[in-house]
Amino acid sequence: MKARIKIMLKNGVLDPQGEAIKHALNNIGFESVTGVRQGKVIELDIDGSDKSQVRSEIEHMCNKMLANTVIENFEIELL
Amino acid sequence: MKAAVIVFPGSNCDRDLSVALEIVGFEVSKIWHKDPELEKGIDLVAIPGGFSFGDYLRVGAIAANSPICKSIVSHGERGGYIMGICNGFQILTETGLLPGALLRNSGLKYICKTVDLKVETTDSIFTQKFSLSNVIKIPIAHHDGNYNANANDIERMRDQDLIAFRYCDNPNGSIEDIAGVLSSNRRVLGMMPHPERAFEKAHGNSDGMTFFKGLVEAVATT
Repeated sequence: MKARIKIMLKNGVLDPQGEAIKHALNNIGFESVTGVRQGKVIELDIDGSDKSQVRSEIEHMCNKMLANTVIENFEIELL
Repeated sequence: MKAAVIVFPGSNCDRDLSVALEIVGFEVSKIWHKDPELEKGIDLVAIPGGFSFGDYLRVGAIAANSPICKSIVSHGERGGYIMGICNGFQILTETGLLPGALLRNSGLKYICKTVDLKVETTDSIFTQKFSLSNVIKIPIAHHDGNYNANANDIERMRDQDLIAFRYCDNPNGSIEDIAGVLSSNRRVLGMMPHPERAFEKAHGNSDGMTFFKGLVEAVATT
């Protein structure tokens, strides 16, 4: 099975990289952009056929290592 | 007195930290991150600066899941002394031994310079040799030193006097100008600045020596 995990900084946590991207977009003429948040996407190949079991295993991975829940949120998508 | 300096792939301040600890009187052993256990009788675990695992995924995240870290967390939970400098601080927040997290500097640049720090508490083995509100000069060298913690943690740290150092002129966007924090039992310290880079005359400034001298005296008497 394939899974995709999207990890984003929580709302309210300053994202300096997103801010820099926003300024750069504004500077090259995309003045309509008023906010940018940058995150990351992790794709996994994972053994297992029971979707709910795989999902809960990935949640465990996210809480233990893939995301830092002090500052980040994650979303899991099974493909 | 025994200190263990933990070495990860990408650690680069392990030697400096070992030298500083040895000069003040610790018997230092370097411990590779794949070792399953700390040896017995370790008084202080010291996690050095650097770029463990190339800062992949998140600073400190992969190191915090290294085999040795279980043993470090148990050492902390038993009330053992632990200090983490720079990447060591990032690793300690990732293990949960210290609250909060370190984010990319607000100005996005890697910063390498000496900064003024204010000593915010003298109630810890790491800061007991200083006077309250002492201003000391210690170098920083980081890209991800922007300390962040949720409002509850910040309030708790303020109430329990767990903020060890603040920047006089905030270089990286850290919340409340925080440069270093203590655990609730005051035995774990994380700080972004590098006292091991300012502890002898040849460094141009020896404010870091006060830090290490205090540390060794305190460990000797406990």
